[in-house]
Amino acid sequence: MFRSEEMCLVQLFFQTESAHTCINELGLLGLVQFRDLNPGAAAFQRRFVKEVRKCEEMERILRFLEAEITRSNIPVSAAVDSVGVSCPRELLELECKIRKLEEELKEINGNHDVLKRNFIELLEIRSLLKVSTDFFEEAESQLSCSELPSEESVSAAASSRTLGRRNSSISTNGPQKLAFIAGVIKQDRFPAFEKVLWRLFHENFILRHAEIQDTEQQTEDRRMKKDAFVIFVQGDQVQGKIKKICNGFRANLYPCPNNLHAREEMRMNVHTRIEDLRMILRRTEEFKVTVLTKAAATIHQWATKVKKMKAIYYTLNLCNIDITQKLIVAEIWCPVSDLNSVQNALTKGSEQSGSTVSPVLNRIQTQQIPPTFNRTNEFTKGFQTIVDAYGVSNYREINPAPYTIITFPFLFAVMFGDCGHGLILTLLAIWVIKQQEQLSRWKSEFVDVLVGGRFIILLMGLFSIYTGLIYNDCLSKSFSICRSSWRVRHMFQPSGPWSNKTLHAFGHLHLDPEIPGVYSGSPYMFGIDPVWNLASNKLSFLNSYKMKMSVILGVIHMLFGMALSLVNYLHFRNFQNILLRFVPELVFMLSLFGYLLFLILFKWTVRLRSETAPSILLIFINMMLFSYQTDDKFLYSGQKALQMFLVLQALLMVPVMLLIKPLLIYRHRVQLQQQATAGDKAGNQTDEVSMGDIFAYQAIHTIEHCLGCISNTASYLRLWALSLAHAELSEVLWRMLLRGTLGCHPGLGSLLLALVFSCFALLTFAVLIVMEGLSAFLHALRLHWIEFQNKFYQGAGFKFTPLSFTSL
Amino acid sequence: MAELSFVISICVMTVFWGVVGGVLPIFIPKGPNRGVIVTMLILTAVCCYLFWLIAILAQLNPLFGPVLSTDTIWYLYYHWD
Repeated sequence: MFRSEEMCLVQLFFQTESAHTCINELGLLGLVQFRDLNPGAAAFQRRFVKEVRKCEEMERILRFLEAEITRSNIPVSAAVDSVGVSCPRELLELECKIRKLEEELKEINGNHDVLKRNFIELLEIRSLLKVSTDFFEEAESQLSCSELPSEESVSAAASSRTLGRRNSSISTNGPQKLAFIAGVIKQDRFPAFEKVLWRLFHENFILRHAEIQDTEQQTEDRRMKKDAFVIFVQGDQVQGKIKKICNGFRANLYPCPNNLHAREEMRMNVHTRIEDLRMILRRTEEFKVTVLTKAAATIHQWATKVKKMKAIYYTLNLCNIDITQKLIVAEIWCPVSDLNSVQNALTKGSEQSGSTVSPVLNRIQTQQIPPTFNRTNEFTKGFQTIVDAYGVSNYREINPAPYTIITFPFLFAVMFGDCGHGLILTLLAIWVIKQQEQLSRWKSEFVDVLVGGRFIILLMGLFSIYTGLIYNDCLSKSFSICRSSWRVRHMFQPSGPWSNKTLHAFGHLHLDPEIPGVYSGSPYMFGIDPVWNLASNKLSFLNSYKMKMSVILGVIHMLFGMALSLVNYLHFRNFQNILLRFVPELVFMLSLFGYLLFLILFKWTVRLRSETAPSILLIFINMMLFSYQTDDKFLYSGQKALQMFLVLQALLMVPVMLLIKPLLIYRHRVQLQQQATAGDKAGNQTDEVSMGDIFAYQAIHTIEHCLGCISNTASYLRLWALSLAHAELSEVLWRMLLRGTLGCHPGLGSLLLALVFSCFALLTFAVLIVMEGLSAFLHALRLHWIEFQNKFYQGAGFKFTPLSFTSL
Repeated sequence: MAELSFVISICVMTVFWGVVGGVLPIFIPKGPNRGVIVTMLILTAVCCYLFWLIAILAQLNPLFGPVLSTDTIWYLYYHWD
């Protein structure tokens, strides 16, 4: 995994009959990537495009079937992975079966709809008959006595129905028989309907309507309220107009017999028809359910088969068929170490299809750049993903992923640095690892990211616990595992300046390490001394410590990156680069920032008096500016000479990096030209890159490296900044929320404490763990991608994407 | 005597992380993952040892001491011997 695997380009020849089984075996192996041998052909010009379309059509039908199955609430059996492949014959049979199923289902659905519609009409007729009975009675009474009915004289016939009455006048042209039109209309359309009739006929009609309260109808039609109406009119023309209006309002008109006897007969008729239709509908649904259940048992299997076939045809599209139509030529990239398994898979495939000729593997040399393949397992996959997110490594370049497994969680932990939060993170990661299968069924993108990064989170949590122990910070409190090195007693008289009076006079007092006994001489054994958590000048100590720690870690990380670049140069036998790039870069870095490291360590390990201790930053700045005053304090003798030597050496490296390599290339080209003119070669090949470009590229590289050294080192100070932010946030949460509440009176205070603690826990999780965790994750990632990787990484390769059925 | 605890802690930690980074990798069984596991062990040992070393070296020769409130001083006077 340290480098991408060695890949080879292999030509495969196999017979057309065994094509399907061979490709199936290769797909199950998941180790070969097919090259496109017909790059110029468009998608519809390829050879197997019809078959691919057929597969897509089948997929569409299968999706439709699956939708129908889920709509009818039939459980679908889980997919059983089948290893075998179906030959084209089986595929045709499957296609026929699926199409037949689709047609059957469409027919069933169509019939069902028609039956449903009839059923609804019959229900409407039944309701209409029920409702219009008393309309007719009223009409008959009106015919017999031609009086204008008044609202009070006609009482409501049925108790439970709401009848709307309308005063309308009847033309008293004698007892003419009134024609009538009966129908059903949606209730919300009824007022408009009435208005239109009024405008047209001006009281020359009688309209009676009533709401249908048939509950069965209502549940059928999803609570659509309908009104039954009867219109009494005179004359045929008027009838025609009214029929047109009814059509416009989409009211359903039904023939309604006039006299009671015919109505009773019709009612019986309708009743029997309704019962018949009900039975037919039920039978239809049962039939549909049986058909769908039978299909549900195998639908997943079919879907996987179709997907496999589509993948196989797609792959076949990438291959070449030779003239005699009997041989298929394919070019594949495959890892050299897996050639044997590929050969075995092909032989197995050709045996399965029963052909006599075994496929031929022919490894060919090529100048093309192979794809990058890094073999990963479940654990390393996450880390490889975050490295590849920046750029896939070049072929056979050093892969930063194995180092990232440890350095990334470590740098995260330096910024996160809290035992308690680290413990919570670790427990969360362990839970996700345990529940991995169940969580991966959720099919949510966020959960997928969480599950994919579960090992990263685990390592981040473990390292955070360690760095939290060293920072001595657990939810902003410190542990006292060993004895603290600072003693207060020795500050009091007789050894020190304090007395009881001093304590009463001041609120804060400063411990002095010069007084013997105050500082025990040996530092706290594991991490930061717990006394600093009690001190009010905690930050001045911690800031200085953390800044220097960040610079040390940064310089070491970058030197590691440069060492990896040396390994790359050695691997690619690029000795010129070692001398002209690696050595000057290393010297530049070491003479400036290595010296800074030395200064930090020196100042830490040598006993100094605090009045005479020079600031490292000032030393460094003065060193770069060559400004030495006479009364400067030096850390050691010979410091001035050494510093001047180092800066000069670093400055000397700049022209080395800038000029030597282009000059060498120029001299090489001049030599080639001279040889060409001497040997009378015709047509010197044009320079690939002009000299100006080379100089410009080299200048950019030099400036980038030199300025980058400084800016990258400063960039590592974010390790300090984020850990400071995290510590301060957790301290604020403690001080504002819990410290006051823990001192409350018992009784009511316990209730307040429960409330405040829940607030504290929520904020700890949301702000300190999630938000700060994401922030530290991002910054650690940036440190890796930019500051570490730009010392050695090219990252311009393309990834190996094998044909693999497990990923379908 | 005070220096002794410093020497002891340096020795213990060096030996511990030295074992983790130097001796344990010898005992990792051969397999496809051996390289990755050995790299992980060595890197963990280096990172953790370095981090601990920085923390202890930073406190070796302090140039200034903590500023404590008088209440804390009273408490520490009696409870920290």
